[in-house]
Amino acid sequence: MTRAPSFMDRKDLLALAAVAALLLIVFPLALDGFRLNLVGKYLTYAFVAVGLVMCWGYGGILSLGQGLFFGLGGYGMAMYLKLEASSVENTKIQSTPGIPDFMDWNQLTELPWFWHPFHSFPLTLILIVLVPAAFALLIGSAMFKRRVSGVYFAIITQALAAIATILIIGQQGYTGGVNGITDLRTLMGWDIRTDSAKFILYFVNAILLMGVICCALFVRSSKLGRILVAMREKEDRVRFSGYSVANFQIFVFCLGAVFAAIGGAMFTLQVGFMSPSLVGIVPSIEMVIFTAVGGRLSIFGAVYGTLLVNFAKTSLSESFPELWLLGLGGLFIAVVLFFPNGLAGIWRDYVQPSIDRVFRLRSKDPTDPGQNVAKQAASMPAE
Amino acid sequence: MTPIGTQPKDFLLSVEGLTVSFDGFKAVNDLSFYVDENEIRVIIGPNGAGKTTVLDLICGKTRSTAGSIRFRGSELTKMSESQIVLAGVGRKFQTPSIYDDLTIFENLEISYPKGRSVWGALTFKRDQAVRDRVEEVAEIIFLKDRLHDNAAFLSHGQKQWLEIGMLLIQDPELLMLDEPVAGMSVSERIKTAELLNTIIKNRSVLVIEHDMKFVEDIAHKVTVLHQGKILSEGSMEKVKSDPKVVEVYLGH
Repeated sequence: MTRAPSFMDRKDLLALAAVAALLLIVFPLALDGFRLNLVGKYLTYAFVAVGLVMCWGYGGILSLGQGLFFGLGGYGMAMYLKLEASSVENTKIQSTPGIPDFMDWNQLTELPWFWHPFHSFPLTLILIVLVPAAFALLIGSAMFKRRVSGVYFAIITQALAAIATILIIGQQGYTGGVNGITDLRTLMGWDIRTDSAKFILYFVNAILLMGVICCALFVRSSKLGRILVAMREKEDRVRFSGYSVANFQIFVFCLGAVFAAIGGAMFTLQVGFMSPSLVGIVPSIEMVIFTAVGGRLSIFGAVYGTLLVNFAKTSLSESFPELWLLGLGGLFIAVVLFFPNGLAGIWRDYVQPSIDRVFRLRSKDPTDPGQNVAKQAASMPAE
Repeated sequence: MTPIGTQPKDFLLSVEGLTVSFDGFKAVNDLSFYVDENEIRVIIGPNGAGKTTVLDLICGKTRSTAGSIRFRGSELTKMSESQIVLAGVGRKFQTPSIYDDLTIFENLEISYPKGRSVWGALTFKRDQAVRDRVEEVAEIIFLKDRLHDNAAFLSHGQKQWLEIGMLLIQDPELLMLDEPVAGMSVSERIKTAELLNTIIKNRSVLVIEHDMKFVEDIAHKVTVLHQGKILSEGSMEKVKSDPKVVEVYLGH
């Protein structure tokens, strides 16, 4: 085995290898194009869940408005793609050619100023990260510097997600309204609607997710990660040890926002549209549930939790659409009451010990170098 | 701002006319006292006298209504909590304030005076100097062989020591301790007195304590607070024989 970077221990490396194997090998081999694209969509939520692990699990800051950041990233990408799809020759039947169709329907005759930067792809990529970070910085500074925290912060973020939805729906001419931004076609001339494009985008998405996971692992292993835990437990002790607690809270909130935004952008690319239904209160809370189910202290658990809940959602909502929301709520309550550490906790308390037992038995046996155990440990690790 | 060096003698800490009122109730009322370099000052007084509030005011947890707190010429009442720490004031809370989910090593490391900004914490390296210092402090606080245990598994007394250790690693010029031996067993108490005697060297200490035996052991000077005001101040002998002190506090 190659030497792990200093921010990962052996367990993290195994867990990362397991996620890589699952996302890059098992899913592409086992699933058809349609299902793979669906998994790709689920994985975009996992970006948000990983951000929530850092923000909520480690930092103790529960945000019920991550949909806002997912949306900012998603809309950023959608605006670029929409502008590319709205070239003058594509839109020559409009009364103002060269602007997105929904603007034309809403009697706009000129591209709004905030759409202009999205003509450039590099600038779009920068803005996808920068705009949510700036928003998070603004919200975080306003809240944390005034020591707003806990349930009050959660309620405010939820309100912000609601406001964002209302704004998007209300400003139809600028945002595409309730339909969102649809009919996205190409990325720098590359048709993203084809099966091969979706296949490639799935891998781009999976690799980005692994990048985000590594980034989260790095933050967790740094002293900052330990300060987050310390803050969650004894905020005053951290403050009176010379730290500006608010700055750390702002940092981790921004980090979560950027992760969510990257997920949002990848959602748009893979699914081909962005709409306010992914911004509001319901998706924001769903993302918290994915995190809780995975285990809010487990970066890897977030990925498994997201996948599991979404698989369940897809299969159950096909058969019992009206029961799904109730089921989801029940699941959340059950997890909080009985498995506060989610899947990762179940893994740690029940599965890991038996693996360790096998490992100890095997290691006494000189014929077995313990490789089987490594394989088992990699099959579904958490944290 | 306050001019520096206007006093005849420079104290480490000068508290003057300090007042704080909570909805009209003056928890600390026009309080003035001075702490010298390397002085161990104990604040005693009955419950509700405002002892803890005084420490809260000095470390910035509570904001004063009036008055000034000067520490080495800087006005603490206008500084943020973290700035006050950086200026050299350390505070131990009454109930042990430690991080249960972190190991003892990590608890101590967080108080190591380096990498306190967000960027600094991200790029902080656990180098040999940090390790040595943490081990050195762990030895002083009798926890050397438990460095990699979670702090949650410590006894109450050990948690108090850990927090004292966290302050020690921070190396403040003024150390404020709120009831460091409260809730300790007799043997822990003796060890704590020994611990405090090691760590008070080369710094000033402000202690709140009820245990009179302990106070007599360590205090250079005693300040008796009553209803937010100074009732008496001076050496232990002087304070003990003050009839007002006997009446409101010691007599009980």
